[in-house]
Amino acid sequence: MSEHTPKSGSVLTGDGFSDSGGTNVVVKIVDLVKNYYLGSVVVPALRGVSLEIKEGEFLAIMGASGSGKSTLLNLLGCLDRPTSGQYYLGGRDVSKLDDDELSEIRGRYIGFVFQSYNLIPQLTAEENMEVPLYYQGRITPESKKRVRELARLVGLEQWLHHKPTQLSGGQQQRVAIARALVNDPYIILADEPTGNLDTKTSYEIMKLIVQLNDMGKTIIMVTHEPDIAAYAKRIVMMRDGKILSDTINENRTIPRDEQEPLPVGQN
Amino acid sequence: MALVLKIGVKSLLLHKVRSILAGLGIVIGTAAVISLLTIGAGSRKEALDAIKALGATNLIVASVKPPQDSSDATRRARILKYGITWEDYERLSSIPTVWRAVPIRAFPAEIWYKANKFDGRVVATNPRYAEINRLTLLAGRFLTDRDEDTIDNVAVLGFDVARDLFQYEDPIGKSIKMGNHYYRIVGVMAYRVPTAGVGGSLAREDYNRDVYIPLSTCRARFGDWIIDRRSGQFTAEELELSQVTLTVHDTHQVRPTANIIRTLMERYHDKPDYQITVPLDLLEDAERTALLWAVFLGVVAGISLLVGGIGIANIMLATVMERTREIGIRRAVGAKRRHIAQQFLVEATILTTTGGIIGLGVGLVTPEIIRYVADWLFDYEVTTQILWWSLPMAPIIAIVVGVLSGLYPARRAALMDPIEALRHE
Repeated sequence: MSEHTPKSGSVLTGDGFSDSGGTNVVVKIVDLVKNYYLGSVVVPALRGVSLEIKEGEFLAIMGASGSGKSTLLNLLGCLDRPTSGQYYLGGRDVSKLDDDELSEIRGRYIGFVFQSYNLIPQLTAEENMEVPLYYQGRITPESKKRVRELARLVGLEQWLHHKPTQLSGGQQQRVAIARALVNDPYIILADEPTGNLDTKTSYEIMKLIVQLNDMGKTIIMVTHEPDIAAYAKRIVMMRDGKILSDTINENRTIPRDEQEPLPVGQN
Repeated sequence: MALVLKIGVKSLLLHKVRSILAGLGIVIGTAAVISLLTIGAGSRKEALDAIKALGATNLIVASVKPPQDSSDATRRARILKYGITWEDYERLSSIPTVWRAVPIRAFPAEIWYKANKFDGRVVATNPRYAEINRLTLLAGRFLTDRDEDTIDNVAVLGFDVARDLFQYEDPIGKSIKMGNHYYRIVGVMAYRVPTAGVGGSLAREDYNRDVYIPLSTCRARFGDWIIDRRSGQFTAEELELSQVTLTVHDTHQVRPTANIIRTLMERYHDKPDYQITVPLDLLEDAERTALLWAVFLGVVAGISLLVGGIGIANIMLATVMERTREIGIRRAVGAKRRHIAQQFLVEATILTTTGGIIGLGVGLVTPEIIRYVADWLFDYEVTTQILWWSLPMAPIIAIVVGVLSGLYPARRAALMDPIEALRHE
């Protein structure tokens, strides 16, 4: 793995590959199987999923509950280990790492955005953004500067010293996005990022996510809302632990400037 | 590490009341240990000092008024004769291991100088008395053998006597009146802190209210009678010596000598009108008591800190459950199991250490308050002695309790499945 320090000048630098050409495979999973064991009963959640995600992609994983999309997200996020199959993240097989190594991978190469924001309530916005760096022992004066730049990027530089309870849902989600960006990860995993937000705020958050993707970030988003998935470049449909379809999104929603009328969400 | 502390403090402050209540157990435990140690060490020191002042190579034989039979009412009018006699003194001082014997005859008396009166005590003794009681002179001289031989009317004043009777004068050379006779003052003793009584076997002694005169003079002027006239009653007692202090060369000789004294006294006294005090025995008793006290304190300390520790463990378990989601978040963004464990251990330790330090403060103040209240309400003097080794011990023990009581909750937190924890509401 290459050195993982942000280059000066840009908030969002490359993803850490030595030759950033835009065609690198960031995520490669091969025949991934995940079974859960409830006593003696085997519950298959993933029945052999293979997928390749290139740098700079914006992927939406869709499916009904029970389709295995959450399991897939957990595996992609290195929160869990597959029963069988391989998972290469940035070229490294991470499917058989132990708990500490997986923690290290999550801290360095993965950024999480959750439906319920998942900020730490007793910390300020700024401190929440720094948490991933803390476990890497990488809080430095430069990282403080970077946190400030990220706060500006997500539009929260006025709110750095506020606690999560003092922020609106949209603002909290922006803090969470900044936190996901702070370690300059290979992939950003967004689990229903707009699930708790109203239509207008959802639009603003999606606009930010699209903006990040435009700046080169690889984004994997799990959602069951078609109009949110519509922002993605590629849509993977799942059913019964398998990939049903994997298509390029032809009718992609492109967020426009705020002066223009909002694309009206159906729900 | 700094952030761990910061987060720990913030998390604890999030539930102030709960944290305070949890830490209170440790505060009380530590305070109890420190104050008990301070008071215990003080009373032990007081007892040992009092006994040491008597001298470990000394043996004290004192006259005791025997219990009177209620039946012999007819004898009440007669003179009660009891106590150590001059013959006893001769016999005791002839024991080969005894190298010094100091006889004492003491009784209360009114001491007059011009129109001033002092209610003190006359102590008739020989020149060795100052030596065995480690008394020092402020001015003049103590009694001499020559005073004894010449049966001179000389007196040496205790500090309080001299101060009260001679406020603006030099007492040396002046005369005081005791009984029907005048005595020339030849010396004044320096102030001596009164010794405390020990258990029931040693009375409290205040040397500052004494007047010393030669024994031969006392015999000649006062006789051996103590006459007490009170509310129409008349009692007279005949008492030759109130006390004999014997000194041996070595502590090994103390017990054999004590046995000889016991045998001698038993042979010549058919009633228990004397008491033998062996300071060495008292010293060893006091040390045994002190050891018991220390063991007792250790048990109290252990129990109170155990209870405090259980309180902390309980609170930490509740905290871990309550912060399950936070644990999930931290795990998701890269925290390893040991980071999570560390966080909760640090929080438990912050609680106990803060409690320990506050408890240390409370524990140092409490004995002073007890001393003040005891003195004010009950006129009882409590001696305290701060044991300096107990000061660093308190926070160290608190940290150990914190780590021990935090271990199980921290382990529970560390072993949580991050996915489950994230889903936790």
